[in-house]
Amino acid sequence: MSLVSIRDVRKSFGSNEVLKGVSLDIAKGDVVAIIGRSGSGKSTLLRCINGLETYQSGSIVADGIEVAGANTNLRELRRHVGMVFQQFNLFPHLTAAENVMLAPTVVNKVSKAEARATAAEVLAKVGLSEKMDAYPSELSGGQQQRVAIARSLAMRPKVLLCDEITSALDPELVNEVLRVVEQLAREGMTLILVTHEMRFARDVGTKLVFMHHGKVHEEGVPKEVFAAPRTPELQQFVGQVS
Amino acid sequence: MLQFSFWDILSNLLIATQWTIVLSLIAFFCGGIVGLVLLFMRTSRIAPLEWFTKIYIEFFQGTPLLMQLFLFFFGIALFGVEVSPWMAATLALTFWTSAFLTEIWRGCVEAIPKGQWEASSSLALSYIEQMRYVILPQASRIAVAPTVGFSVQVIKGTALASIIGFVELTKAGTMLNNATFRPFLVYSLVALIYFCLCFPLSWWAKKIEGRLNVAR
Repeated sequence: MSLVSIRDVRKSFGSNEVLKGVSLDIAKGDVVAIIGRSGSGKSTLLRCINGLETYQSGSIVADGIEVAGANTNLRELRRHVGMVFQQFNLFPHLTAAENVMLAPTVVNKVSKAEARATAAEVLAKVGLSEKMDAYPSELSGGQQQRVAIARSLAMRPKVLLCDEITSALDPELVNEVLRVVEQLAREGMTLILVTHEMRFARDVGTKLVFMHHGKVHEEGVPKEVFAAPRTPELQQFVGQVS
Repeated sequence: MLQFSFWDILSNLLIATQWTIVLSLIAFFCGGIVGLVLLFMRTSRIAPLEWFTKIYIEFFQGTPLLMQLFLFFFGIALFGVEVSPWMAATLALTFWTSAFLTEIWRGCVEAIPKGQWEASSSLALSYIEQMRYVILPQASRIAVAPTVGFSVQVIKGTALASIIGFVELTKAGTMLNNATFRPFLVYSLVALIYFCLCFPLSWWAKKIEGRLNVAR
């Protein structure tokens, strides 16, 4: 039984169809790397999974909740599906710990003390124990992104969606974020990553999805797919990025 | 005939100034509360609520405050309800203030990057929770300067309440002029008192605007 099931999803922005019937099954513990050119629909697909974007036809079921338009119980869905963004999107008026504590206290009605303990735990996991009381503006990009990951982890998500989370970082800061993601993968967290880090996709991913013109063009075990891409489009793409 | 000394005129004006201040404060705070409710409606992305607020704002921004005062003063009386100048002025100024504050604050809310909405949505916060914990704390920092700046307009707006017979600074000035026939002295003093009320506010608004530019 898959944790996230995507069936023939179509989405258009106006007359521009960006998803042209995407189907994908993601099991618990999968680390799915979605790669592809910009405009291939990979970020849009990711954003459909937690309801940040709506889609016109098909179906997405995540953790038993059907993600479809206005009737979706988005709150319940998002309690179990975390998301990390390219631009971090930390709340600048709150400290690292407060960023992490916000959703547990407000949404899950956890006590301040308990939430602070959780914050300490997840911030330690991303290696930022000593930055609990720092404001986002006092942190580097890599540190901010790790706080953003911790913020999602505090809700104990069943799936974590990562939307090009290293693309806005200076090259020397990319690895500290990838190490955190790798550790999560090792602990069995289900991850769906839109990424440009091909080596990371190959080494950490359990499943590779190559998107092209709004469709899943090729998918499989990362090492095999990278070693022997079947389609000319993926061959060309792999040739360009590596 | 009763003679008015300079001090008589000034002290009478200052007594009336209290009512200008009270009316300004009430209009500003009631307008602020109504404005906040309207702000939630205006940014709720619920179509009927947004439409209602849009029409409300268009009406109160698109008609003269004086007409609104007349409508409240004479209009409600048509329904057989006795309206005091005090009540009519309070109502009209509250609604007028709320319309402008809602638009000022909406601009501040829209200045908050979209990513803040998306991140808080993704953490399962509801719209009200997003506003309360994420958007308004940031928007209010930007909002302070224009809001204080607008309070000057509210103070000056209360002068119109004199027309429906509410005795505040301007009305007191008119009455004293009728008694003393010294329009230049009386209205100069009236203007000076308005200036003393308004200038510190606009000065303060300028100052916090500058300070926020360097803030985090």
